[in-house]
Amino acid sequence: MKYIDEYRDPREGQRLLDEIRRSAPAGGLRIMEICGGHTHAIYRAGLDQLLPEGIRFLHGPGCPVCVTPAVRIDQAVTLAQRPGCLVATYGDMLRVPGSLGSLRAAQARGGRVQIVYSSLDAVEIAKSHPDLEVVFLAVGFETTAPANAAAILHAEELGLGNFSVLGNHVLVPPVLRQLLETPGTEIDAFIGPGHVATVVGSDDYLFLPEEFHRPVVISGFEPQDLLLSVLMLVRQAAEGRCAVEVEYRRAVRPQGSEKALAVMRQAFEVQDQEWRGIGVVPQSGLGIRERYAAFDALRRYADVLPERAEETGEYICGAVLQGRLTPDACPAFGVGCTPEHPFGPGMVSQEGACAALYRYRQPGTAQEVGK
Amino acid sequence: MCLAVPGQVLEIGEDNMAVVDIAGVRRRVCLDLVEDIAVEDYVLVHVGFALQRIDAAEAQRTLDQLREMAPRESGEDSP
Repeated sequence: MKYIDEYRDPREGQRLLDEIRRSAPAGGLRIMEICGGHTHAIYRAGLDQLLPEGIRFLHGPGCPVCVTPAVRIDQAVTLAQRPGCLVATYGDMLRVPGSLGSLRAAQARGGRVQIVYSSLDAVEIAKSHPDLEVVFLAVGFETTAPANAAAILHAEELGLGNFSVLGNHVLVPPVLRQLLETPGTEIDAFIGPGHVATVVGSDDYLFLPEEFHRPVVISGFEPQDLLLSVLMLVRQAAEGRCAVEVEYRRAVRPQGSEKALAVMRQAFEVQDQEWRGIGVVPQSGLGIRERYAAFDALRRYADVLPERAEETGEYICGAVLQGRLTPDACPAFGVGCTPEHPFGPGMVSQEGACAALYRYRQPGTAQEVGK
Repeated sequence: MCLAVPGQVLEIGEDNMAVVDIAGVRRRVCLDLVEDIAVEDYVLVHVGFALQRIDAAEAQRTLDQLREMAPRESGEDSP
């Protein structure tokens, strides 16, 4: 496939690894990849095992499914079981455990849950089923927020009175600030989230070198993209530079996508946000603006929705989400907590560090780079 | 979640919906989040929306950079 295959050549990958080895700083380099899509790609290609000693990946909090708080799942479960209601959501959300169980369990109890590929599919269900109240459980980072915002604008245009959004939108920069301001955080450099930056632009990450003196390379998602990004970070360290660089040039511009940002800002405004395993991070989320209150499930169903949930069985999920511990340091990893029976959110989404490690790192499954 | 895949625009309809070829599969993709997309352009598709046009010249620059930063040894076959 064009724009994918060119970045998967194993021989090119080997040359990049050789070059990384030659240029690696003596003190090593601890690199946090922020995005869960990168975590998945790193484990799938076995990149973490191929890097020279001292160059390590730390997995970041960039999995929107993983950081959705249990209370939001409980709210979705409550609405799925409400007569006349249907909850539509992205497929990853079905197995996420809340304190009232998962949406899949609610479905088994007779709740109405429908998986959608696109936010517009949820709008379409509302349009073709005027007898149903359709609630779209919408999660995502800056990548997905514009698409979810567009659904609200479409529903308004169509004059739909039976469509609302139960939103859980999170922003990357505020949580990185909090991570870096936490004493004991050991991150030397960042691999920036390629698709988030497609929307917000690489300039959104200037604060990392300017305020925190950490270099960042915004990366694509194929093995060579990631290895080239590591090499660019290693070179910055060797040359004593600290800057935002873009490896994923084919999709990322300094200012991002003006149109996507405009749609996002029309429907949403910045607010404080709870992250599962991390807590409330100031100004790190997006809520629905007052003007679109009619499409906000939190306002519309305020009387029936739970306001808080007990976070249970989380083990060390928070430490894993913040790159302080690797998933296999958890006593439950692969023992009680598996993708089939997840205790915590990191095991649910395939972008969660736990699920990615579990899937690709059974004994003897390390793969050749580029496969 | 933040997965996005490249595809080529085959048609653009009046409702700003496009037909995009993604690895041989035709999908309907909304163009509301992007500007000035034309038939034959490559776009990144995320949850049914085109997120950004893929820039062919920049894609080539990354491949050039890759070869420049990790040069082939003499005698190696070109791929």
